[in-house]
Amino acid sequence: MHELSVTESILEIACRHAEQAQAARVTDVHLVIGRLSSIIDDSVQFYWDLISKETLCEDARLHFKRTPAILTCQDCHQEFELTTELTPCPNCGSARIRVLSGDEFNIESIEIERKS
Amino acid sequence: MSDKRIKIVEKIFDANDRLAQQNRQRFDDSNTYAINLMASPGAGKTTFILATINAMLDSNVRIGVIEGDTAPVTIDSDKIAAAGMPAIQVNTGGQCHMDALMVESALEQLSLEELDLVIVENVGNLICPASFDLGTHSKIVIASVPEGDDKPYKYPNIYRGLDVLIINKIDLLPYLDFDMDYFRQGVEMLNPGLETFALSSKTGEGLESWLTWLKNKLPQ
Repeated sequence: MHELSVTESILEIACRHAEQAQAARVTDVHLVIGRLSSIIDDSVQFYWDLISKETLCEDARLHFKRTPAILTCQDCHQEFELTTELTPCPNCGSARIRVLSGDEFNIESIEIERKS
Repeated sequence: MSDKRIKIVEKIFDANDRLAQQNRQRFDDSNTYAINLMASPGAGKTTFILATINAMLDSNVRIGVIEGDTAPVTIDSDKIAAAGMPAIQVNTGGQCHMDALMVESALEQLSLEELDLVIVENVGNLICPASFDLGTHSKIVIASVPEGDDKPYKYPNIYRGLDVLIINKIDLLPYLDFDMDYFRQGVEMLNPGLETFALSSKTGEGLESWLTWLKNKLPQ
């Protein structure tokens, strides 16, 4: 999908925080991606290697943490995890389902080296 | 040299979301209702917009259209302009979706205060547009029956944040194996109680209920 613009956002956020912290360079960037966010890790990595050159984030490692999609049934209030594809509630069969989590797409933290 | 971990927890779409909020404020300030219209290529977005414009010609509703396309073509905006409404063509430069920044620059070219309704016709795509808030008041998807009844199951994200679903080209139902119950069950799981209008932009069947919904949203 739109991994280039997404990667640009990641770079902007990481560099902004690194500058605020007066970092010499960023070594690691930790991302949290919900299962429902259609983001391809390899593709983000590909663009990252290209666009992070000559920035504070050059050579920084990207870490992808995937979080599960948790759904809840609005009829019996059963909570369950999305496995392969969308199904009715495994407990009561209701189709009235709400997504509780799985949309996350955050930068959780960065690791930096400080200027000596 | 000391190493350090900095906690951030920032949404990667924050920049877009902030800009979208500004767009929404501009629409509100000029009392203009705004719609983000999404669908796959060929679902009938432009035809649906034209049918809506034509049906509202007598009611003095002033409609502006922002046309997003990945290629520098003006096919869609020419059709809208021919119907007598202002249309801005946005070339996304190959990008698969519109974002809030593109809408912001398009708004520079529209006289918002003269418009009651702005429809943003997004790039034909069921995946990427779902992630980007444009600052409109409602998000609408057109699903056309030739696309098949499994689309909610295959493209769940776009159905989840929706306010209205249009099922288009229902005049073709007799010729297709489209299981309406299966389709609607998928939609119901993703977006319980979603406002849905089944219609044909071509024949006009079912258009009236959609227009009633729309007119209720417009500034009185």
